[in-house]
Amino acid sequence: MQLELKNVTKAFGDFVANDSISLTVEPGQVHTLLGENGAGKSTLMNVLFGLYQPTAGEILLNGQPVRFSGPGDAMARGIGMVHQHFMLVPVFTVAENIALGHEDTKGGRLDLKTTARKVREISARFGFDIDPDALVEDLPVGVQQRVEIIKALIRDAELLILDEPTAVLTPQETDELLRIIKQLRDGGTSIIFISHKLREVKEISDVITVIRRGKVVGTADPSASSSELASLMVGRDVQLNLNRVPAEGGSPALEVKNLSVVATNGTLLLDDVSLSVAEGEVLAVAGVQGNGQTELVESIMGLRPVQSGSVSLHGDVLTGRPVKEVLRYGVGYVPEDRNVEGLVGEFSVAENLVLDQLDRPEIAGRLSLHRAAVARNASDKIEEFDIRTGSASAAASTLSGGNQQKIVLAREFSRPLRLLVASQPTRGVDVGSIEFLHRRILRERDTGTAVVLVSTELDEVLEMGDRIAVMYHGKLMGIVPGGTSREVLGLMMAGSTAEEAFEAAAGSAQPGSEENLV
Amino acid sequence: MSAQVLTPAPAPEQSAITAALTRAAKRPAWMLSVAALIAVVVFGFLAPHTSASFRLSATDAAVKVPPLVVPAVAFGWIVALLLIAAAAWAWFLATQRQRSLPGWAMGLAWFVFLAGLMVWLVGTANNPDISLVQLLTGSVALSLPIIFGSMSGALCERAGVVNIAIEGQLLLGAFGAALGGLLTGSLVGALVTAALGGLLVSALLSLFAVKYLVNQIIVGVVLNVFASGLTGFFAGTLLKDGENFHDMPKLAKLPIPGLADIPVLGPIFFQQTLLGYAMFLLVPGLWFALFRTKWGLRVRAVGEHPKAADTVGIKVNRVRVSNVLLAGIVAGVGGSYYTLVSTSEFSRDMTGGTGYIALAALIFGRWNPLLAACAGLLFGFVTNLQYILAQAGTAVPSQFMAMLPYIVTIFAVAGLVGKSRGPAASGEPYVKE
Repeated sequence: MQLELKNVTKAFGDFVANDSISLTVEPGQVHTLLGENGAGKSTLMNVLFGLYQPTAGEILLNGQPVRFSGPGDAMARGIGMVHQHFMLVPVFTVAENIALGHEDTKGGRLDLKTTARKVREISARFGFDIDPDALVEDLPVGVQQRVEIIKALIRDAELLILDEPTAVLTPQETDELLRIIKQLRDGGTSIIFISHKLREVKEISDVITVIRRGKVVGTADPSASSSELASLMVGRDVQLNLNRVPAEGGSPALEVKNLSVVATNGTLLLDDVSLSVAEGEVLAVAGVQGNGQTELVESIMGLRPVQSGSVSLHGDVLTGRPVKEVLRYGVGYVPEDRNVEGLVGEFSVAENLVLDQLDRPEIAGRLSLHRAAVARNASDKIEEFDIRTGSASAAASTLSGGNQQKIVLAREFSRPLRLLVASQPTRGVDVGSIEFLHRRILRERDTGTAVVLVSTELDEVLEMGDRIAVMYHGKLMGIVPGGTSREVLGLMMAGSTAEEAFEAAAGSAQPGSEENLV
Repeated sequence: MSAQVLTPAPAPEQSAITAALTRAAKRPAWMLSVAALIAVVVFGFLAPHTSASFRLSATDAAVKVPPLVVPAVAFGWIVALLLIAAAAWAWFLATQRQRSLPGWAMGLAWFVFLAGLMVWLVGTANNPDISLVQLLTGSVALSLPIIFGSMSGALCERAGVVNIAIEGQLLLGAFGAALGGLLTGSLVGALVTAALGGLLVSALLSLFAVKYLVNQIIVGVVLNVFASGLTGFFAGTLLKDGENFHDMPKLAKLPIPGLADIPVLGPIFFQQTLLGYAMFLLVPGLWFALFRTKWGLRVRAVGEHPKAADTVGIKVNRVRVSNVLLAGIVAGVGGSYYTLVSTSEFSRDMTGGTGYIALAALIFGRWNPLLAACAGLLFGFVTNLQYILAQAGTAVPSQFMAMLPYIVTIFAVAGLVGKSRGPAASGEPYVKE
């Protein structure tokens, strides 16, 4: 199917999310939309899928102008979409999810057997191993994604939109997904692939359209170098390399011993995790999302009761202490979701910058805040951390993701730290801010602070980690040196121990494999 | 490079998980132990030295069955022993296998406890002789508005709208039936206006909850107060003016020839009013519709993950509104029970909190029409037991007997069900950003 977008514009009030975007996707082609978070890629796809109505412009399928009043229309015309956040009902089975909205019926009854048979046919064609009767909530994310793909294919999608499909996958699962995409493309399906990860974009794309701030800023050839693509995406030259100095080995600061956390339903969320982080060292914790990283971080911070084990910092036990004491002990915390835990969106930038300092006499008296001190603190931090905001009294929720994260980091760095726990510090943050945040964290490390950095992005783990711990199903699969190959890390993220991963990687190592990519 | 790999020995920490599971399994074991203790002390040692007699057929029944006579002491001890055995088994499973009793065994144990309680209560009464048929048919009758109410709740909550307004729907249903009955003098007219009464509450609920995104719990409570005030006012004015009024129609029992004469079962299932038969069809019908049809799959998807439903082309808010409206019709018709069956006159706040009991039954029944109907029957049974025992002259003070339905409700909702998971998006309005 050929798709053409002509001057598509989508505005929300004054904000123009897509500004006169034109592009053409040819049949059997993988067309990549490359752009940073917030560049307007997802909005464009939601317009194409009928979830939003375009403010102006035209969509043409095989030369025919079309209007979609809802996703149902788009699907009827052969457009399928795999959303960034899967659109699956967790308590439904695979067959029920796939049938939804496109049900087979037999005499008024829902005929899930027929759906299951079709699911098995498609699974066989693409080499998926999917049980139509399994509950979706019990499936790993990689399999859930395949369910989403089948959902599109069963409706005979000729154009498949994949919105950030690799965000939740291990490197091996990513490779498998890229293989599936190629197979679909070779079968004549048009693909729109949305990503900001240069490595996979270069591997899979036939055409790359780069979007910045809602506008098409150019097209690129997949053979372009990573730094060319990155500069096009960000709009200026970017250094992809931090040129970081390796850590100087200090004495151990954080000691986590035999930590276990059990959920109320009896699931083991954290399984006997032991690790230590030295002064002036970054321990990067890698792993696919939901493998116990959240529980590890929350246990260290005292936010979650532990069943057994202990956390200590410079010999003092932190386990069982209230969060306030942990913070006062010199622990800085960047929570994984800044909108939920890191900031109060309705509060001003200035207020957010002192959220944890209200017991300091210079910030607040017994009855009221010292407004002047709060304002002074705000203007200092705004300058020091280059927080781009209209004013210090603007609500934090009005800032971009990167600037919000700078507020969190600035606040945590207002106290002298002995340990920084940063969970997903750059998720949903633009490239420019990522670089800034990384440099600040490394600078803090260089003053002797121990850093635990949890990230699901391998790029970040490799860039920041002096050592890398990999978690899988609540277990620590091992701690490996910084700079360990993606292949080894990927195997560990999928449940191999460090030794097994190194052995397997040594066995399959081929010269010129993808390790020298960004 | 692999030489420096530091790997902690992967010793699976099983004791923590075991401890958590054991803790979870101990709760029902404790509850059974308490029940067993009560059985030993009350049903065993304090058993009355009489026999409890349960009549199985009415005096005018075509087929007569001799009454069931249960010696209280012997039965009390049998119950106590069975419960001790159940508790012991539960403790064994909890400590040795980290499991709870299987569901059927748990259900059976509580049934045995209830039977022991009944025999003890009847045995200690002045006149240890009650009619089982009357007890059961009365239970079904009393549970009728509860069950219609829970079906209304199921229709709404499965689509993601919390329906606190069941009480108001029932009340306006009762009022509507009275008004329609007096104005038209016909049953059909009364039922139609009853449905319209429930529909009015639903229309307001869907307007505020779905269109204006008001907190659904608050809207529900406000609608109940509104319904109470509205009907209270009109009951004192509109219904008093009797010039053009007809005689109030009544829903009579329609026995099915032959089947109605089966002992015990006949009076329960085959001597019902039109509303009773409608209930017997509605409950399995709604279950089938929700879990076996395309419509039900879509409704449940809307209640669980509205955005997912939207992305496959289902109009989320349209489904919600139509379900809430349908729920109003169901509860409105159920409310007509009060003015067409149990009495023939509307009185202020005559539903007396049944709507909230219906909501409890819905949660107890895990948002499943069949289980919710069973829960509704249980509540009806307990209410009726209280009446029957009062007639028999029970030794237990009437205030305690009157508490019984509510105590059972609290236990049912808080204690016995454990964690039940309702529709994930229930109560959350769906807005496209």
